Amino acid sequence: MEDRFDATPAPDGVNRPWVYSRLSGAELREALRRMVRIRRFEEAAEDSYIRGLSYGTMHLSIGQEATAVGVCAPLSDADYITSTHRGHGHCIAKGAELKPMFAEFLGRETGYCKGRGGSMHIADPGRGNLGANGIVGGGLPIAVGAALSAKRRGSNAVAVAFFGDGANNEGAFHEALNLASIWRLPVVFVCENNQYAMSTAISRSTAAVNVADRASAYSMPAEIVDGNSFAAVAEASFRATDRARAGDGPTLIEAKTYRTRGHSRSDRNRYRSREEIESWKARDPIDAFEAELLAFGLASAEEIAAINAEARADMAAAIEFALASPTPDPAELTRDVYSPA
Amino acid sequence: MANDTRELTYAEAIREALAIALAADERVFLMGEDIGVYGGAFQVTGDLVDRFGEERVMDTPISELGAAGVAVGAALTGLRPVFEFQFSDFSLLAMEQIVNQAAKLRYMLGGAVNVPVVFRMPTGSGLGGAAQHSQSIEAWFAHVPGLKVVEPSTPYDVKGMLLSAIADPDPVIVFEHKLLYKTKGPVPEGDYRVALDRAALRREGRDLTIVAFGIMALRALEAAETLAQEGVDAEVIDLRCLRPLDREAIVASVKKTTRLLTVYEGVKTLGLGAEISALVAESEAFDYLDAPILRLGGAEAPIPYSPALEKAATPQVEDIVAAARRLAHGRA
Ligand SMILES: Cc1ncc(C[n+]2csc(CCOP(=O)(O)OP(=O)(O)O)c2C)c(N)n1
Ligand SMILES: [Mg+2]
Repeated sequence: MEDRFDATPAPDGVNRPWVYSRLSGAELREALRRMVRIRRFEEAAEDSYIRGLSYGTMHLSIGQEATAVGVCAPLSDADYITSTHRGHGHCIAKGAELKPMFAEFLGRETGYCKGRGGSMHIADPGRGNLGANGIVGGGLPIAVGAALSAKRRGSNAVAVAFFGDGANNEGAFHEALNLASIWRLPVVFVCENNQYAMSTAISRSTAAVNVADRASAYSMPAEIVDGNSFAAVAEASFRATDRARAGDGPTLIEAKTYRTRGHSRSDRNRYRSREEIESWKARDPIDAFEAELLAFGLASAEEIAAINAEARADMAAAIEFALASPTPDPAELTRDVYSPA
Repeated sequence: MANDTRELTYAEAIREALAIALAADERVFLMGEDIGVYGGAFQVTGDLVDRFGEERVMDTPISELGAAGVAVGAALTGLRPVFEFQFSDFSLLAMEQIVNQAAKLRYMLGGAVNVPVVFRMPTGSGLGGAAQHSQSIEAWFAHVPGLKVVEPSTPYDVKGMLLSAIADPDPVIVFEHKLLYKTKGPVPEGDYRVALDRAALRREGRDLTIVAFGIMALRALEAAETLAQEGVDAEVIDLRCLRPLDREAIVASVKKTTRLLTVYEGVKTLGLGAEISALVAESEAFDYLDAPILRLGGAEAPIPYSPALEKAATPQVEDIVAAARRLAHGRA
């Protein structure tokens, strides 16, 4: 399989998306691999819920995989992200392993947070994922701080703050954007606009039509992209991270997408129509990406099948690993409240 | 049970209180995130939006600081807002308006104004919410002059206290333990009031006094039954009101039993039990004490996710039984 952009025109005559030449075929297939793994993880999480194996609440990102993986395409382990309550996808997109993730989801000692955090706090600091967050908007200023630190330490790292459309009405959002802008920090603010905050449609919560419109108040460039298109999101993310690394300051990306599951397990979906949900399901980001990779000759049907088979097998192994892992010892309840002396 | 008394859940009792207040007083309105068509994060407001409309049951954006401030401003100028936080943890984003503004405005303005706002706060652990959705921060608010703070433990009390809170001229914080929402109890129909400054004596006993509130009041009562089988006769006071504290009820009980155990879910250090202990130590009941006062509070840690750890982080019935046993059988 050809790894780099070649001269073959696309089948229908349109140009290939720009990012298909910036990334190699192997990198693109890795992106697909991560999107598929997110989907399998979320389905496993949902299933373990239904079967009474997991505890607490959870927020699934099914339908939003292209945003998570597209944004992380230009990032390395040295770059930072701050995530949200709906954070499983961000974590996998940043390169996390399924075993310690699922173990955390089930509250086991082998989990990324040793069972202390659970679904809403899954983190992977070793790969720059500073953590999911139980507080809407909580991660935005933290990403600005990570960017300040990266800049002061002379590193080339950027910090990405993921947040939802609902979070754009918290004071923390506005303060964080302003701070990043006045200090020209290498931050990318990524709004995953999935149209709703729980039951509240963005038109009912937000005076601006687009979250991106708010960037101009902080003298920051912004762009709106199709959040269900890997290529569109990744292209915007490359532009924003290139800008940040060049010292030109923060960018806001608004990815329009949709969560096809309820907000959390307690959702009765009374605030939206079945037709609306179905229309977005028809725009499945993974199906679309697979079709593009095939059409542009960047992945074969066999390769795609192998990616899917591998994700299933790895997820099954992760579930098995988590279920076989020990639960934390109550005697260690206060461990890690403070650092060792 | 009186004719007009039925079994309701704690959540239904709250909803009924809200409906009575909304129907009786057009100045009353509800604010909160997803309290309308979603019915509230814990399904407390339920169908109220269908009955009273979106202006009286007002969804807010996720803007705790701003929206709480809007409630304060509306209360300051003649309305009676009842504000729901989805979790008490999120009130921390609105601390400025609650503590710097609502609690102090009347005093700062020399008594010229009042702020009749109610903040409802689902509190506590036990549902796997982890560190940012499970805290018990009652003591933070009970520390603030100008606020009244209550935590009812029964459907009867929560309805009567919420109606009192809405009618009260000053800011009232109502903590509702999440594990109580589905518990049931007798609730009369119609409007009735429960005072915002009185504890309830839930069980009379001779050997020791257990002072608890919220879910811990129920656990203390359960513990008292086990203790009774062992010949330990515990008196249980359900504090209900955390600011002001019902000093007389506590002191009178301790003088009678000569032993005091306080039980609370919030972090033990500097929690409600510390204040109750100090209150008794400063009172005439001190000379009656036959053993040191014992506090049973939450662990000195954030609430962890894993169920085994989560349970260990707060007092359980067995812990109360064990502590009471030690206290009753001599020195703690
Ligand atoms: C400060 C704060 N307020 C409220 C909540 C409860 N809550 C959790 S998620 C959520 C909706 C968030 O919507 P959005 O930011 O659009 O993210 P999405 O759930 O759509 O991914 C709310 C209200 C919270 N966790 N933190
Ligand atoms: Mg949203």
